[in-house]
Amino acid sequence: MSHPQLQESTGIPIKTKNKSTTPWVSFYKKLAKNKAALAGAIVVLIFTILAILAPLIAPYDPTAMDMSKRLAPPSADHWFGNDDKGRDILSRILYGSRISLTVGILSTILGAVVGVILGIVSGYYGKWVDSLIMRICDVLLAFPGILLALAIVSILGPSTTNVIIAVAFFAVPTFARIVRGSTLSVKKLEYVDAIRAVGASDFRIIFKHILPNITSPIIVQSTLYIASAIITASALSFLGLGTQPPTPEWGTMLAQGRSFMAQAPHISLFPGLIILVVVVGFNLFGDGLRDALDPKTKR
Amino acid sequence: MSKKALLEVNNLKQYFPIKGGLFGGTVNHVKAVDDISFVVYEGETVSVVGESGCGKSTTGRAILRLDDPTSGDILFDGENLLGLNKAKMRKKRKDLQIIFQDPYASLNPRQTVRQILEEALEIQNVVSRKERRQKVEDLLQTVGIGAHQMDRYPHEFSGGQRQRIGIARALSVDPKLVICDEAVSALDVSIQAQVLNLLKELQQKFQLTYLFISHDLGVVRHISDRIIVMYLGKIVEIGDKDSLFENPQHPYTRALLSAIPSINVGEKKKERIILKGDVPSPIDPPAGCRFHTRCPYAMDRCAVEEPKLHSLSEVEHKAACHLLEDGPYDYS
Repeated sequence: MSHPQLQESTGIPIKTKNKSTTPWVSFYKKLAKNKAALAGAIVVLIFTILAILAPLIAPYDPTAMDMSKRLAPPSADHWFGNDDKGRDILSRILYGSRISLTVGILSTILGAVVGVILGIVSGYYGKWVDSLIMRICDVLLAFPGILLALAIVSILGPSTTNVIIAVAFFAVPTFARIVRGSTLSVKKLEYVDAIRAVGASDFRIIFKHILPNITSPIIVQSTLYIASAIITASALSFLGLGTQPPTPEWGTMLAQGRSFMAQAPHISLFPGLIILVVVVGFNLFGDGLRDALDPKTKR
Repeated sequence: MSKKALLEVNNLKQYFPIKGGLFGGTVNHVKAVDDISFVVYEGETVSVVGESGCGKSTTGRAILRLDDPTSGDILFDGENLLGLNKAKMRKKRKDLQIIFQDPYASLNPRQTVRQILEEALEIQNVVSRKERRQKVEDLLQTVGIGAHQMDRYPHEFSGGQRQRIGIARALSVDPKLVICDEAVSALDVSIQAQVLNLLKELQQKFQLTYLFISHDLGVVRHISDRIIVMYLGKIVEIGDKDSLFENPQHPYTRALLSAIPSINVGEKKKERIILKGDVPSPIDPPAGCRFHTRCPYAMDRCAVEEPKLHSLSEVEHKAACHLLEDGPYDYS
């Protein structure tokens, strides 16, 4: 947007709108400068694309058995080799990425939504509401994540949906804590008082004035949490409590290969490596996001 | 001029609990404002002065119910604000607005200027949806910001401009009383003057009443009609600006005013009164007169008996000091 009349009379080009895009540009620049974060972002992007396109690019049917290729090592036809039932490991990993990423992202979103609401309510209203919510979070955080998830899955029964619920449940207190802290610092700012003085309702203050100003920590925490959600989900499947065979899932594949470690280590090696790469990718990306979204690291 | 009271504060107390101990119970209170009463008449500017922590901002916030006061009455146009429920108070907020000290913290960084102003108009339903844009343009015009800048974000403006936007937001709902909480303290001196003149202009244009909270006596002298001096949560002196500046009666006011630097070269140098010690803690304020620990005129009874506000002249000049029991005291 420019102003022709003003520009004419002064001869100085007047920019108005363009400047407001700078936060995004500077955010991207900061992220791009951080090589590790960029690498993480690329890994995340690649796996997201692979997961979406799995049915198109997988060379074989992930559940088709071929006993003639039982425990076959990697070859030109089967890059990652075959498992104990002769299934193509590459195809199974590609299909498995759909499950792992879905579980990771859905459980994080579910946990974040509940956690953010509880955290904001806790921080905004304070007093006994705050004490109650935070004490419940303390109790939940006192359990190791995997133990709590195990308990929930044992109650609900093993399935992918229940893994999502279990992992999301554990995400709630983490998000609630972070959001409560951010809410406390934002609600003291004068613009919140100002809009309250104008007569805004609590609902408006929370969703229009506090939430938009605490998105950075929520985004960072979500990215980092997806990584641990993938690990927890794989661990549950490894223990036989998550996604059930024959559906390909990285944790399940790891468990199946365990019995053949000596003869055919590749059965466990590739799913294990992939879990490692994806988790490290999300972690690096999350760390990079944190630095890029932090206004104090302006360069 | 017939004077109509717009705001009447009676026995206002604001105690903030201090939590502590094993079970997080209330162990003590910070007595930020302790039993103060005053009146603000329609159309005038009343300043509240005092050093940091004396309760001036707390008073302003309590009047707006940004913090709910411990006890007391706040009568606005004859209606007790503390008796209103949440919904009624939200409507009433149209009449009372506040301008904050920090122009960098008082605007939501994620909203454009237009969104900030339109939101205020929307909440109080000041004009119809169609007229909002025009009203925003008018408001910005009034405070001296070009309408072409209304789609910018706060970080694209200078401190003085941001303060003008804050003023526009306060004015958007057509208030009767505006509380200026250190409204110019964070600005450069040259910008201060501009904003002060703007406030004066707006007061005439819209018949506003100001409660001006400040620690800057020069600014206060420029803008006020009457002045309230506070010390440690109490009003120590209240009076007409000229009367108070020329003839301060409370020992604290005298010390405060003697600290104003003078630029008149030829003038005889004023004697500066330097107070000893620090302001006592508002958690456990001194008994009797709160100022007696630092007062050069302190007597035995000051430590025991709390002084009342004594009327000193016909222009509603009052001060709370035992020296003034029989009228003005001769300090010379």
